Parts: sequence; C-alpha cells; structure tokens
Amino acid sequence: MSTALHAFPTLASLQAALAQGKLSATELAQDCLKQIQAQQGLNAFVHVDADLTLAQARAVDASRAAGTAGPLSGVPIAHKDVFVTQGWRSTAGSNMLKNYVSPFDATVVNKLFAAGCVNLGKLNCDEFAMGSGNEHSAFGPAHNPWDLTCVPGGSSGGSAAAVAARLVFATTGTDTGGSVRQPAALCGISGIKPTYGVVSRYGMIAYGSSLDQAGVMASAAVDLVALLDTISGFDVRDATSAEQCHGVPNAPGRIQSDFDKASAHFHSQASSPLKGLRIGVPTEYFGEGLSSEVGAAIEAALVQFEQLGAQRVSISLPRTRLSIPAYYVIAPAEASSNLSRYDGVRYGHRSDSYTDLADMTGRSRAEGFGAEVQRRILVGTYVLSHGYYDAYYLQAQRLRRMIADDFQAAFAQQCDVIMGPVTPAVAKAIGDNPDDPTADWLADVYTLGLNLAGLPGMSVPCGFGKSATDKPLPIGLQIIGDYFDEGRLLAVAHQYQLATDWHQRRAGQA
Amino acid sequence: MAITEQEVTRIARLARLTLSPEQNIQAQGDLNKILGLIQELQAVDTSGVEPLAHPLSALRDVHLRLREDIVTEVSSTERREALMVNAPGKAEGLFLVPKVIE
Repeated sequence: MSTALHAFPTLASLQAALAQGKLSATELAQDCLKQIQAQQGLNAFVHVDADLTLAQARAVDASRAAGTAGPLSGVPIAHKDVFVTQGWRSTAGSNMLKNYVSPFDATVVNKLFAAGCVNLGKLNCDEFAMGSGNEHSAFGPAHNPWDLTCVPGGSSGGSAAAVAARLVFATTGTDTGGSVRQPAALCGISGIKPTYGVVSRYGMIAYGSSLDQAGVMASAAVDLVALLDTISGFDVRDATSAEQCHGVPNAPGRIQSDFDKASAHFHSQASSPLKGLRIGVPTEYFGEGLSSEVGAAIEAALVQFEQLGAQRVSISLPRTRLSIPAYYVIAPAEASSNLSRYDGVRYGHRSDSYTDLADMTGRSRAEGFGAEVQRRILVGTYVLSHGYYDAYYLQAQRLRRMIADDFQAAFAQQCDVIMGPVTPAVAKAIGDNPDDPTADWLADVYTLGLNLAGLPGMSVPCGFGKSATDKPLPIGLQIIGDYFDEGRLLAVAHQYQLATDWHQRRAGQA
Repeated sequence: MAITEQEVTRIARLARLTLSPEQNIQAQGDLNKILGLIQELQAVDTSGVEPLAHPLSALRDVHLRLREDIVTEVSSTERREALMVNAPGKAEGLFLVPKVIE
C-alpha cells in the first residue's frame, strides 16, 4: 500500500517539499491519519486523535507562513506509548493505565514538538516495555508489515511496524534490553539507542531505570541524526541525565556535529571511505543458536564494510552469554521497585471489590498487570528479598561491571566499533510461544550487554531471511559504539547505506 | 534449590499481588524455570569486583545530583486538581482509600 510518505525516501526530500510548500504539514498529517486508519490491521497504534494531530499540523503551517518554522517542522512522527503525552492517553500497553491521561509531556515529546514534528498518536508496545514480540500488550499484538502473521519485535513493536509501513516518517522507542534495535531489525528499518544519559528519561514510564534509554527509528540512519540530536541533551528533571559527554556539554548540536565531522573524514577518503576504521567482531556472537540465514547476512555485511575500506578484527566478549542472567536479575529488580507505585490509590486501575486497603492494592495490581509483568515483578521481589540480595542482585551487579569492562577492553585495545547480529533469527510467528517463560529471553543475547554497559548501539537492515509462509523477513546488523560515539556510529551506518539499498526495500515490494 | 509454594505466597505478598491458588501454582512453575536460568550467575567468580549500579560508572566516577531543597512547582487548587485527575477515588483534594482505622 502506497502512502504519501513513499514519495519522500529521505528526511531531506521531505523537508524540502515542506519548505517549498509542495505539501503542507496539514495535508501530510491528513494522509498519515488516513493510512493509519486504512492499516488498522497492523495494530501499530493504540491511540489516535485526529483533532489533536491536525491542531499541531495547522500550527506548524502557521509558523511556516510566519517564517518561524523549526528544522523538523511538519515531519510526521508518533510516540511509543511509554512516553507520556498531554491529550493522548499514556498506557504503557497496560490495563493498569488503560485510561491514564498525563498532566505533562515527556521531555522527548516536548523537544520533538518544539522542533515542529507533528504527533500522529501513540504506538503499541509490550506492557511496560517488557517483551520482545509486542505480544505482551493489553491492546493485542502488533503485526509485522512484511508478514502479518509474524511479530514486529518488541518491546517497541508498534514503533517499528509504523515506520516499516510508512504510516509516519519516524517514531520514538525505548530500549532497556534491545527494545529499539530488535524491532528495527525484525521490521527492516534503522534504529538507534544512544549512550545511557544522553536522552532524558523524564516522562518515560519507568521499567529498569539504570538500563532504560530512549531512541529513534526511521528508514535510514542518516534520518536518525537530526531526530536523535533534537531529543538529546541534559535535563535537570532526570537524575541520571549526563551533563557532559567526554568534556562536551550534552546538548543538541553535539551528535549532528560529530556526524558531520566523521562524514567529512569518510568523504575525504573517496573510494575507501572507511579506511582506518577497525570493526570488532565478537566470536561469541556467531556461535550456537545463530540461524544460518542471519549469519550469512551479517557475514555479507561485514564483507561490504571491508570493501568500503574498514578492517575486520576478531575480538572476544567472553561474558556475552552471562548477560542474560545478569539482565534478568537487574531489570526485574528495578521493575519490581518502579512498579510498586501502582497501588490503585493515586492513579491507575482500582479493583471493584475488596475488603480493606491491602486487599484493594493486591487485587488492583493482580487485575491491572498482565502475566509477563507480574512474573518480572515476582522475580525482582525475590532477588531483592532478605537472604537473596547478595547472591542474586549484588552478584548480577558485579557481573555487570565485568561485562562493561569487557567492552571497554575491546574499544581501548582493538576496535573502534563492534558489529554482529541483533537477533539469532528473523521474526517468529505470532502466538508461537513455548511453555517456558525464559525461551524468548534467550534471543536477547546480543542486545542485553550493551544496556548493562550503557553503550550506544543501532540496527541497520542488511538482508532478508524467510518466514514459514515463504515471505521475506528482514535481518538487522548491530553496530555498537563506545560511550557518546553516536555521531560517528550514525556516520558509519550511513556509509554502509550509501553502498547498499536494504534500508530502501519496502514491505510488499522486496 | 527450588522455590516452594509457601515462598511464592511470601513473595506475592511482598509484591502486593493477590494471586488465586491456580495463579500461585503457575507462578511457582515459572519462577523455578526463571531461577534455573539466573542461577548461572552463581558459578562466576566475582570476588573483588565492585558492583555496577550506574552504567556510566564503568567510564568515570558518577555522583548523582541533588537539587536545592526549594519549592519549584507553583501550588494552586487548579494544579492540584489537574494532578489528581486520574485518581480512582477522591474528594476535596484528598485521595480516598478504604477505612483503615475503626
């Protein structure tokens, strides 16, 4: 299905058309609303409000007429329903917050609004961002535009599906253990999670606070630059927001400038743009469990990078496998603490029948939270409880430092970026869920380490595998950078996308 | 070391989740599978390693900021009502809960 956005493959072409008055923000928003309606079967959106969207678009057109339009004016976006928004409901994909209306906007929402982006609504996701298939949503699963019987990935599944179907130009997502990179990979789009602390968490409904970080998703890496740059920056309202990035203030302009510098350097090297770039390839990312079609696509991408002048270096991240137990202790521990705020008193679901205050809280939580969220709360409560804290929680935090140190050793001595797969396999079928609640968790093995270490990482499309019904399903290449290296990371990805066209393939047209 | 039914009851109470007897049994099975996965941690020698709570402390010393102890939000009846708009039970600027003192 063709949308108005198909006519604008890049942000630059869209910005030019808007600036030259070839189409107005209002016309574009109206078309996006129509497409969202037409493709409701994707279940990518959980809340659309045409009046709110069109009011934003008309204000953008007015600012354009007045000569005060911002750099991203009229660009249609949508937010993962983990970012709170005034006007649009903010549910985190949970019955607990089914009717929640936020009295304020998240910092990310504010910043994109101030830059002129038009919000098309709120996107489906796993409940409280806990999941990797968008199946743990109180609003039902979102579908993969490449094959509607498959998951779009998660937890930012609606965000990835909406971009892949070109319902909006770009979306926000959150990444606690891979929730931006993994759905981007499975839907054939580009997505980046920056260094922990680069983007404010204010107004991002909390899951695992020491791991949560906002990110952005769009078709091409080059289009993520302005979006990520816009939402980055120190925020006094987030206690872990970074004030400085290697001595440079954490403020908009930094990522764009780093991208421009790296791109200029690559450009100066003509036919061998990536000459001098050392790509670390962890042997542990290519072992047992990796499907042959994903392995082959990653290998082909690495060969492409070598043809662009980069040098491949074999590295070791020996505790890769241990990132799974470390993450699934730390994240649930933080979740159990964060989600204790849902008590049925101040906001959120309250049970209809109860005997006393404790019973009201217990029933409200049991009714409001879905099965996966309750599991993680119970695990988190257990590992933090008396007698187990040292053995599980502290041990996991010690291991977390060792995992972060492994990455630092590789960056200090061997490589500039690290590359490998995002997922062991292409998207699975919706409903294909084994009895074991940990089965899905094992597929997070390549993405978790980066969150534990707080490093930036992205996914770019690099090929296709096949679904059970023989449809093409996208494969993503993961590119991991050192702390605060977002600009160069995006520039490296951009060089790859100048030489390949995987990111331009469209669902239904591959 | 498997989690017993009694332990699940204790954890669910700590987590303020009222589980039905069936849910309790399901949770026991799930937790034991999950414990099987996370127990891999125990085999790692981490002696002498400082726990990492803030990821950027792998890079540099991190000190969490404290803000000045001053009022930053303007208080008004309208603001209070706006902030309480999602409350399931409220009256006259107060959150309503079941009676706790007879």
